[in-house]
Amino acid sequence: MSANKIDAKIPDGALEQKWTKYRSTVPLVNPANKRNLEVIVVGSGLAGSSAAASLSELGYKVKVFCFQDSPRRAHSIAAQGGINAAKNYQNDGDSVYRLFYDTIKGGDYRARESNVYRLAEVSANIIDQCVAQGVPFAREYGGMLDNRSFGGTQVKRTFYAAGQTGQQLLLGAYSALQRQIGLGAVSMYTRHEMLDVVIIDGKCRGIIARDLISGKIERHTAHAVLLCTGGYGNVFFLSTNAMGSNVTAAWKAHKRGAFFGNPCFTQIHPTCIPVSGDHQSKLTLMSESLRNDGRIWVPKKKEDAAAIREGRLNPNDLKEEDRDYYLERRYPAFGNLVPRDVASRAAKERCDAGFGVNQTGEAVYLDFAHNMKYKYGKKEAAKKGITNPTEAQLTELGKAVVKEQYGNLFDMYHQITGVNPYENPMMIYPAVHYTMGGLWVDYNLMTTVPGLYALGEANFSDHGANRLGASALMQGLADGYFVIPYTIGAYLSNEIRTGNINPDHEAFVAAEKSVSETLQKLMSIKGSKSVDYFHKRLGKIMWDKCGMARNAEGLKQAITDIQQLRSEFWSDVRIPGDLNEFNPELEKAGRVADFIELGELMCRDALNRNESCGGHFREEYQTEEGEALRDDENFSYVSAWEFKPGVDWELHKEELKYENIKIAQRSYK
Amino acid sequence: MSGNMNLTLKVWRQKNKSDKGRFETYPVQDISPDMSFLEMFDVLNEKLINDGKEPVAFDHDCREGICGMCSMFINGRPHGPLQGVTTCQLHMRSFKTGDTIVVEPWRAKAFPVIKDLAVDRSAFDRIIASGGFISVNTGNAQDANATPIGKDDADASFAAAMCIGCGACVAACKNASAMLFVSAKISQFALLPQGQPERNQRVLNMVAQMDAEGFGSCTNTGACEAECPKGISLSNIARMNRDFIGAQLSSQKV
Ligand SMILES: Cc1cc2nc3c(=O)[nH]c(=O)nc-3n(C[C@H](O)[C@H](O)[C@H](O)COP(=O)(O)OP(=O)(O)OC[C@H]3O[C@@H](n4cnc5c(N)ncnc54)[C@H](O)[C@@H]3O)c2cc1C
Ligand code: SF4
Ligand code: FES
Repeated sequence: MSANKIDAKIPDGALEQKWTKYRSTVPLVNPANKRNLEVIVVGSGLAGSSAAASLSELGYKVKVFCFQDSPRRAHSIAAQGGINAAKNYQNDGDSVYRLFYDTIKGGDYRARESNVYRLAEVSANIIDQCVAQGVPFAREYGGMLDNRSFGGTQVKRTFYAAGQTGQQLLLGAYSALQRQIGLGAVSMYTRHEMLDVVIIDGKCRGIIARDLISGKIERHTAHAVLLCTGGYGNVFFLSTNAMGSNVTAAWKAHKRGAFFGNPCFTQIHPTCIPVSGDHQSKLTLMSESLRNDGRIWVPKKKEDAAAIREGRLNPNDLKEEDRDYYLERRYPAFGNLVPRDVASRAAKERCDAGFGVNQTGEAVYLDFAHNMKYKYGKKEAAKKGITNPTEAQLTELGKAVVKEQYGNLFDMYHQITGVNPYENPMMIYPAVHYTMGGLWVDYNLMTTVPGLYALGEANFSDHGANRLGASALMQGLADGYFVIPYTIGAYLSNEIRTGNINPDHEAFVAAEKSVSETLQKLMSIKGSKSVDYFHKRLGKIMWDKCGMARNAEGLKQAITDIQQLRSEFWSDVRIPGDLNEFNPELEKAGRVADFIELGELMCRDALNRNESCGGHFREEYQTEEGEALRDDENFSYVSAWEFKPGVDWELHKEELKYENIKIAQRSYK
Repeated sequence: MSGNMNLTLKVWRQKNKSDKGRFETYPVQDISPDMSFLEMFDVLNEKLINDGKEPVAFDHDCREGICGMCSMFINGRPHGPLQGVTTCQLHMRSFKTGDTIVVEPWRAKAFPVIKDLAVDRSAFDRIIASGGFISVNTGNAQDANATPIGKDDADASFAAAMCIGCGACVAACKNASAMLFVSAKISQFALLPQGQPERNQRVLNMVAQMDAEGFGSCTNTGACEAECPKGISLSNIARMNRDFIGAQLSSQKV
C-alpha cells in the first residue's frame, strides 16, 4: 500500500483563511487565452449546468453532454426538500462554522475539513445567485425568504420551493446554461453518452461519446474534462434515483486511472414509499422535509402490528399510549430529525423485531395528524380568531397549511399507493438514495488524472460517511458556481501554450476502437436474458449483503456472487436492435456492465472498512445500544482505490486530520 | 393474482424519423393495478425481448412526474385519462381488464418522431435559449433578502415555474401551439422584480423563436390547460399576450 500517490493539495493556513487566500492567489488565465481553451462538461445537473454556465461566462470554450433529451431533465430536477445555506436569516445561531460542524459530524467524521469548510463558506452565495436568476423560493408574508428544518441540525437553514426545490434550482442553472448556448458560447450535446476519457501523455484530453440517436461514436477534444455525472445508487436496481442515473462516466474514468473514493458509502434514505411488488422499477422518496411535521411510529405491541398488517385494525384507531414514537424515544434531543442513517437503521430495527405495519412487514408510519391539528390547525384558528375550534375544524385548517407545504408530495404518495395521506398516516421504509462515495478529488476537485475533474454527486468529497439532507444541492452548486471557476485556473494556466488537441492522435483512435469493440461485443452475445434480469439480480445481492447492514461473511459471499454474475452477463445477455440506431437496451447494457464491476468494488471497500460509520454499518462493530461504532485509530482515512487490469484494485489512503473539530462519538440523544 | 388485468395495447411503431410508422397490437397479461403505466410497458418490453422482438422505445427518466421526459399519448389524451399526472404517474388502477389502450407519440410538426414513442423536443430548449433567463453572471448577485418579494407574487411565479417542459400542451392542441409552455416561463419572470429589466426583449425573442420552430398559433380552445400535468394556467397566455403587445409598442417607439 502506498500513501504518496495521492495529494489532497489542501492549502496551508488557518481553516477560515484557506479558501480566501487560495482563491486570491490561484493562477489566472487571461481572457484572450481562455477563448483558446476548451472545457468539456459531462452532465447537466446542478453541478454540470452551473459549472458550464460559469466557465462560459468567464470566456472558456465549453461543450456540454447529457444523455437525456434536454439538459433540464438531469436527475437533479427530482430533488424535493431543499438546499442548505448558512445565511442565519432566522437569527437562530447559524454560522459558517456551525454548518461546517454539522456536516462533519453528520458525516461521522469521515470528510475532509478544508473542503467542507469551503462549502459552508460559499453556501450563502448560492442562495443570492439563485434568487438573482429568478428562482422562486418560498417566502414569508413580509417578502423575505422562508426556511425549514432538515435532519442532523438544530437550526433552520434550509431554503426551499415547496417540494420542488431541485427543479427550481436546476431550471435556474439550466437557463443560465441556455443563455450561453443562445450566445453561441456553449455547444450542447443532448442524447449523447460519454463512454470513455482519452488520456494523452498522462493528461486528460477529451472524451469518446456515442450519439444515442444515430449510434455514431464521436471524438471530442478538450484541455480539461469535468465529470458531473451524478451518483450510482442504481447499482442497487431499486433506488430513488432516476432510471438513467448510472456510474458509467465515472467508471470509465476510474479504469483510465482516476481513483475511486469510499465506494461503499451509500445513503439509505429513511422515508421512501415501500416496495409493493416485483414489477417495481424504482422507489419514490418522500422528502426529509416531511419529518419536520410527520412523526414516525410503529405500534408498541406486536399483536397490534399484526392486526394492522392483516387489516383488522385501522392505525388511526390505535390509542396514543399504544404507539411507539421510537425516534423521539431513543433520540430525545433530535427526535424525528436525526440524520438519515440513524433513522433508517432504527426503522429496520423495529421492522426486523416484528413491528412493521404493511403486508411485507417492512414499513413504519409517518404521521401528520398531530401537527396538522395541533401545530398548524391551532395557529390558523388563532390567526382567524376562532375561539374553541372543534377537532374537525382544526384538522381542516391544518390541512390547508400542510397542503401548501407538501401538496405535491402528498399527491405523489396518493397517486402511487392509492391511499389518501391527508386521512391516513403514510407508510414508509428506507431505500437507497444517494452515494457519498465517488471519484476521489483533491481540493481543486481534480481526480488523480491531471485535467480530469469530478463535481457534484460524482465525486466523493464533503459528506463523509453520511450526507445531511439538503446538502447535495448545496454541494453541486458550490462546486459548479463557486469552486471550479477558480480552481480550474491552477491547471489551465499551464495549458495556454498547448494549442488545439488533435482528435486523430493515436490515443483517440485507440479509445474509440475500444469503445466500438465493447459495444460490438455486447451486441454479439445474443444470449437468453434481458439486461434488467441481470440488473435485478445485482440489486438483490447488493441490497442483501452491502445495504443497510453488512458483515464480513456476507460481503465475501457477495463478491463471489458478483463475479459469477459478471461472467453470466458477458455470456448470456440479450440485446435486441442494432448498434447504429436509437437503442435504449444497449445503453442499459453498458451501464449494467459497469455497475457489476462497481458492485464488486463496493463490497471490497465495505469489507476492508472494519468499523461502522455513518451509512456504513458493519454488524460486527456496534455499541451496546446498536449505534455505529467507529474505529478512529485505524480507519480515519478516505479509501482511494486504484484500478488494476483484470478487475482488481489497490488501496490508497488519504489520512483525515481534524484540526478544528474535536472528534467524538456521534450523539443525537 | 386476483385483481390483475389482461389488456390489449395498440402501440405506434416507427423505426426512425423517415419511417412511415404503423400501429402494432400486443396483448399483455397479468398486469397489477399497482403498476405504473411505464412499468406495464417494462413488462411488455421484457416479453418482446424474450420473444426475440424489438422492444418499444419510449422516453422516461425520473418516473415521478418531474423530469418531463415521459410523453405518451394514451387513448387520445397526452399522459392519459387522469388530470394532473404525467404518464409515469399514471397507474394501472385507472384501467380495467379487457380494455384496449391506444398509445401514440406526441404529434406535432415541431416534435419529429425519433423512434416509436420518443420524439425530439429540442425546440423547447431553443426557445429558452432565445430569452428564457435573467442575464446575471455568476458572482453578480446581491444579498438574497435585499429585495423583498411579496408572498403572493413569489407563489404565482412558482406556480408558473412548475412547468416540466413535457410538451403535453403542444400535443393536446389541434394547432400544436406552444403558447402555454412559453407563457409559463415568461410569467415566472414577469412576476418577479428581477425579471423586469429584460421583460420586453424576452417576450419578443421567445415568441419569435416559437414561431420559427413551427409551432401553431393559439385559438383559445384551452386543451393545453386541461391536459397540462402541472396545472399551468391559461392566464399565463393572457399575460404573455399583453406583454407581447406592450413590448411591440415600446420597441416601435425607439
Ligand atoms: C428523489 C431525490 C430527491 C432529492 N432531494 C434532495 C434535496 O431535497 N436536497 C438535496 O440537497 N439533495 C437532494 N437529493 C440529492 C441530489 O438531488 C443529487 O445528489 C444532485 O442533484 C446530483 O446532482 P449532480 O449535478 O451531481 O448530478 P445529476 O443531477 O444526477 O446529473 C447527472 C448528469 O450527468 C449526465 N450523465 C451521466 N452519465 C453520463 C454519461 N455517461 N454521458 C453523458 N452524460 C451523462 C446526465 O445526463 C445528467 O445530466 C435528492 C435525490 C433524489 C434521488
Ligand atoms: S405547460 Fe404543462 S403541458 Fe406544457 S410543457 Fe409545461 S408542464 Fe408540460
Ligand atoms: S419520467 Fe420523469 S416525468 Fe415521467
